[in-house]
Amino acid sequence: MAKGLDAQAKQGYALIAPPFLYALVILAAPLLTILTYSFLTDGYLEVVRDFTVSNYVQVWTDPIVRTVMLRSLMVSALVTLVTVLLAFPVAYYVSFLVRPERKSLWLFLITIPFWTSYLIRVFLWKVILGYNGVINSSLTGLGIIDEPLTFILYNVNSIVITLAHAYAPFAILPIFVALEKIDRALLEAGRDLGESRAMTFWRVTLPLAMPGVLAAVLIVFIPTIGDYVTPELIGGGKIPMIANLIQVQMLALDNRPLGSALAVTAMAIVALVSVVFLLINRRFLKVRS
Amino acid sequence: MTDDRKPMIECRGVHKHYGDYHALRGIDLTIRAGEFFSLLGPSGCGKTTLLRTIAGFEDISDGAILIDEKRMDEVPANKRPTNMVFQSYAIFPHLTVAQNVAFGLRRDPRGKAEKAALVEEALAMVGLRGYGNRAAHALSGGQRQRVALARALILKPKVLLLDEPLSALDRKMREQMQVELIKLQRQVGITFVLVTHDQEEALVMSDRIAVMFEGEIAQLDGPEALYARPATRRVADFIGVMNFLPARILGEQAGTATVEVPGLGVVDLPERQISRANPDDEGPTIGFRPETMTLVGPTQTHSQPRETNATIDEVVYYGDMTYYDLRLDGAAAMDGKARPVRISMRNVFGRDVQEVGTRTRLAWSPGSLVLFR
Repeated sequence: MAKGLDAQAKQGYALIAPPFLYALVILAAPLLTILTYSFLTDGYLEVVRDFTVSNYVQVWTDPIVRTVMLRSLMVSALVTLVTVLLAFPVAYYVSFLVRPERKSLWLFLITIPFWTSYLIRVFLWKVILGYNGVINSSLTGLGIIDEPLTFILYNVNSIVITLAHAYAPFAILPIFVALEKIDRALLEAGRDLGESRAMTFWRVTLPLAMPGVLAAVLIVFIPTIGDYVTPELIGGGKIPMIANLIQVQMLALDNRPLGSALAVTAMAIVALVSVVFLLINRRFLKVRS
Repeated sequence: MTDDRKPMIECRGVHKHYGDYHALRGIDLTIRAGEFFSLLGPSGCGKTTLLRTIAGFEDISDGAILIDEKRMDEVPANKRPTNMVFQSYAIFPHLTVAQNVAFGLRRDPRGKAEKAALVEEALAMVGLRGYGNRAAHALSGGQRQRVALARALILKPKVLLLDEPLSALDRKMREQMQVELIKLQRQVGITFVLVTHDQEEALVMSDRIAVMFEGEIAQLDGPEALYARPATRRVADFIGVMNFLPARILGEQAGTATVEVPGLGVVDLPERQISRANPDDEGPTIGFRPETMTLVGPTQTHSQPRETNATIDEVVYYGDMTYYDLRLDGAAAMDGKARPVRISMRNVFGRDVQEVGTRTRLAWSPGSLVLFR
């Protein structure tokens, strides 16, 4: 028995070895490099191998960094909120109201935005929301407005609109899966025990869908906080987020130690937020079978 | 059965269509207050649909359903005086046992402590005292079922609907729950409506049983009447085991029929043993239950009025019972077809199990025969 288990274990290790090595080289090595850089000294166009914590001191005391970091958190939180709030009804519709044989078609349609590059989609939103874009020219053409609307371009609103669209499928799918797993008899039981449809949703459907909702929150929140293309293009470069700051330090100013310290700090904050959500999620998962 | 109890559920000409599919075809039914009533039938006969229309989960296409003398047409499921025990039990997985049981008490004006006492009382009633703080997923199948029962009964419904509640349990557990359900029903006095495909379960538990085929009620009777005098061949076949032999009607007068049955000879049957509402168009048929006839040894005496010689074709031993497939002498006389009949004998102490090929005698009485025509 022990021998058989050994053979099985060996086979298991053999199977995970290639992806493990791949992850080590592609993921762990760069992370370690960044971590190392963040404790080294900037020597103008080169990295001097002197250990220092001054990068972190600078990052944590700089009011600009603090402002940008808080803005990034705020924007990501807003994007996450909007995305998940819009994704839930879509997931609910597909799970509860679409006929079973049509569901895969709907999921397929939901993934259509992925067919084009992220960059192109961001540009498309620029075309739609722009000063002379689709919305403004239509509205002026119809005589509804005299001057182009300015609140939809080069500000936080436009970033939220663009990112909410880009990440919608990421939010819809986990919520859909959570809703699909709910035994429909539970909803009938809720009605049978005297609750209206709305109260049954509140007391049965929503709590059971929470793991999916929290997964959606994490899946949207983590990448949006690190997004720098959308703020650059849609935000017009006027409202930088933390990723833009890192990009400037790393590439434009070639201060890799400071850029690394920024990156590590941002990562730590994201990790902290994620852990909080994971703990909440565990509470919801614990009572389920 | 006391027939003076007031009607609790009345179905009047209930029809249900799903597109082209006609699931319920004119159900007329009265279930009395305090009755343990069963809807019995094979899958797809409409019994669950009927239960769900009573619960309010399905609209009816035509007809009317009354509960406690009120029409239910416009009354949604959450406002009906019924509660249901679902086939899957539908225990809320995100709540504890106590929270599950208290689910329907949200709008009850009573205080927290009073509700907690009610929950504890309901759990005690189903034998789950002290289980309140358990997580729902930590329960066994039988315990889930008890929680589902407590959750429904705590609301004191006028009718408790049970949708195949025992089908997911193993045999021992099922038999135990059958007895417990009967006791519980007597204790609370609530009208129980049980849906089942298990004829044995229906016979054990019910005051009355409606046997359904293809969206229609084939027979509505008490368990004994249903078993002893099935209305149609199909009902007879569905409930328990019944032997069928072709019969030739020799004469009829004043409700009595004289029939000739190959293998059994000529018998006179009174009105009560004749089923005339027989849609199965297979000609006159005689039916009898396996346990109504007895194998007797060559020297043994018996008190039955008739006996027939036969050969044992097959022996199936069940421990407490033995089933014998017999070839009756002369059974093939009518059309040359061999028609084995099945006889069951209790293996009482001192009675030997017979062997295949043995010549034997079959003792019987015409009183055990039913004529379908």
